[in-house]
Amino acid sequence: MANLTTDFIGIKSPNPFWLASAPPTDKAYNVERAFEAGWGGVVWKTLGSEGPPVVNVNGPRYGAIWGADRRLLGLNNIELITDRPLQVNLDEIKMVKRKWRDRAMVISLMVPCDEESWKDILHRIEDTEADGVELNFGCPHGMAERGMGSAVGQVPEYIEMVTRWVKTYSRMPCIVKLTPNIADIRKPAEAAKRGGADAVSLINTINSITSVNLDSFSPEPMIDGKGTHGGYCGPAVKPIALNMVAEIARSEATRGLPISGIGGVTTWRDAAEFMALGAGNVQVCTAAMTYGFKIVQEMISGLSDYMDSKGMTSTADLVGRAVPNVTDWQYLNLNYVTKAQINQDDCIKCGRCYAACEDTSHQAIAMSEDRTFTVKDEECVACNLCVNVCPVENCITMVTLDKGAIDERTGKKVDDYANWTTHPNNPSVAAE
Amino acid sequence: MPNSPFTPGVVQARLSDGELAQNFADISPMLDAHEARVAADRCYFCHDAPCITACPTDIDIPLFIRQIATGTPDAAAKTILSQNIMGGMCARVCPTEVLCEGACVREMAEGKPVEIGRLQRFATDTLMDKGIHPFTRAKATGKKVAVVGAGPAGLSCAHRAAMLGHDVTVYEARAKAGGLNEYGIAAYKAADDFAAREVDWLLKIGGISIHYGKALGADMTLAQLEAEYDAVFLGIGLGGVNALGLAGADLGGVQNAVDFIEGLRQTDKAQIAIGRDVVVIGGGMTAVDAAVQSRLLGAQNVTMVYRGPREKMSASEYEQEHATSAGVRIIYNAAPKAIHGSGHVTGVEFTFAGGDDFTIPADQVFLAIGQTLQGAPILLDGKKLKTHAGKVWAGGDCAAGGQDLTVTAVAEGRDAALAIHAKLMG
Repeated sequence: MANLTTDFIGIKSPNPFWLASAPPTDKAYNVERAFEAGWGGVVWKTLGSEGPPVVNVNGPRYGAIWGADRRLLGLNNIELITDRPLQVNLDEIKMVKRKWRDRAMVISLMVPCDEESWKDILHRIEDTEADGVELNFGCPHGMAERGMGSAVGQVPEYIEMVTRWVKTYSRMPCIVKLTPNIADIRKPAEAAKRGGADAVSLINTINSITSVNLDSFSPEPMIDGKGTHGGYCGPAVKPIALNMVAEIARSEATRGLPISGIGGVTTWRDAAEFMALGAGNVQVCTAAMTYGFKIVQEMISGLSDYMDSKGMTSTADLVGRAVPNVTDWQYLNLNYVTKAQINQDDCIKCGRCYAACEDTSHQAIAMSEDRTFTVKDEECVACNLCVNVCPVENCITMVTLDKGAIDERTGKKVDDYANWTTHPNNPSVAAE
Repeated sequence: MPNSPFTPGVVQARLSDGELAQNFADISPMLDAHEARVAADRCYFCHDAPCITACPTDIDIPLFIRQIATGTPDAAAKTILSQNIMGGMCARVCPTEVLCEGACVREMAEGKPVEIGRLQRFATDTLMDKGIHPFTRAKATGKKVAVVGAGPAGLSCAHRAAMLGHDVTVYEARAKAGGLNEYGIAAYKAADDFAAREVDWLLKIGGISIHYGKALGADMTLAQLEAEYDAVFLGIGLGGVNALGLAGADLGGVQNAVDFIEGLRQTDKAQIAIGRDVVVIGGGMTAVDAAVQSRLLGAQNVTMVYRGPREKMSASEYEQEHATSAGVRIIYNAAPKAIHGSGHVTGVEFTFAGGDDFTIPADQVFLAIGQTLQGAPILLDGKKLKTHAGKVWAGGDCAAGGQDLTVTAVAEGRDAALAIHAKLMG
């Protein structure tokens, strides 16, 4: 069995599956049960400054969207940072860490954007023996209006400044958690690096309204007839998170900066994908909130089996493996020609490929009297939509034409690699 | 001592009132909203969907299921009922396993089709329980249409004709409307007096008057109707029953299955006398309905005997399984030879296809060997929707060519109304 032990910026854990800073990690009771279930580490729910704790709304905190069979695909929340007294949290963190020495214990922090506040909180947590801190620059609601969370995360200069304070006043490894509510995710990552961050974690939640109640005309989740944007997470955000992780992993300025991947990790496969794109570990929240702590057992067995099947002995063998293959559109091979192919044995004759292609794509699928669906190679541009709408996995596949073969659509022979940068239709090529 | 399944002879109340009530309760109750949502989620919204092709009334099934999935069951019901005004009954009695659900691509994919029949019932019951009739009549045409027979074909024709603006008069030989829906369907398939409720709901369209106790031939002639109306639709069903043609068929305890089934629908179950050893001769839905209901009434041994092989049996695989799971024994390839007894039946002798003769003890025998047209006007000679002098149409079981299903009758009645409309307004 592959060794799942990970060393993330010096923080060791028996597996790369951590619970993200969120309600599942807000008290000793939950965290201990998570550790009993097998989670490799936790980022304790965000602590604020000493003083009266924040207050949460007393109506719904979560909104959601669902797929078929009410599978939860996206969740949003308007919950704030911990609403428990600081000392209670600190005592519990210390107690749990002492009991669970082999697990990662990172503390999430969010205090006002001044040096004293950060100095003070870092001093207060020193005694907990936690393994590291994560700076919450991500929360998009409630705290942002008070000059914290994403209000800081959206200004790279603030990120750099605060990170520097943290590295000045603490010996602990420092992870900077990034908000996705920004145009270019590389900028805050670069700022964190300049400030001395040991790692970044991303993504935090995305500004969102999950739905509108069409009777009361209020956004959901609704509080007394009103709603506000909340932070969106869960499986629906994974593609956005993967791209942002990849951008940081491959950017020259941030290459090599450790990344903790967050955003819709639900299965071992999601985790492996984040890791292949450069994440040293992953953090999970929505999946645990949906199914409970036990899911980590599937994540552990699944990742381990996968690594065994690939001959990988440690998670380091996986981390970053896909990064070199992330490129810009202009470098994609325009001479890579594929055609859709429908496996008639697997086809259940639903005709969704036909409807999709005929109504919305390239009219490249033929339908016979007896509902046999076949691809017209002379029309197929290989868009992949038929593959995506087919209910039977692998029934429709994309077959690559060998070099020298004729593409029946263009009548041209498949040639060697060539991309847009040298294509005759490219105005900048023509100009030369 | 009260009667039990073991009491000899043909007796009432073999089971307690509670057991009878349970046995004859709705066989497949309406899905609740959650169940419907889960079931609807499974529909793939196929292109040119095979289920539509398989439906004799061409209901746009993927559309109505999507309407259920998106929380608009009333719209779903309208989609169904606009094609099939008896969508409520068809949802209960259609052999969906050989129609829409048999064609469902998920049957091919996983052997588990989308539950189209139950979803249809969810939609139609939801609407009908609210008392909503979603159709209105077009401007009056001044044309008069006579419909003979208030069964599925006749009522379907009447509704569509009324909707198109014609004034419809229905002549029904019996005391109630509904035809086989009322008199010929197993009680547990249309529980809670559904057939009558559906007729009441259907008539809300207006413009339809029904005269009961009026039979073609006895109370009026086709010529009279032709003279009085602009168009005539015949949906008179199959009133006659095929004769067995064997000695002993007149013994006590020997009865036509259709009469037994009708009695069950119209009488308190505890009043129905049932044998301890029941033999049903036949292999169709009527035979299954009679056999299963015999068991549900408390008969100890119920044997259904069909002369042909299993694959030729007209009761579907599903119906056969339903029968065997109710405790009915099915014997294939055995032809009836004689009915024994003196005064009252004691057993039925059969010849097995291989040549062996055997006798099954019986104190009650139901004959379900097919229905036949009774006193048919000459024009019903084998083609459905045949017109006579451009004025008479026919549909349903009495018109050959269909599958003798409720849904086929509804389709033929509807199409006849459209044809009549085209003719009258053309």
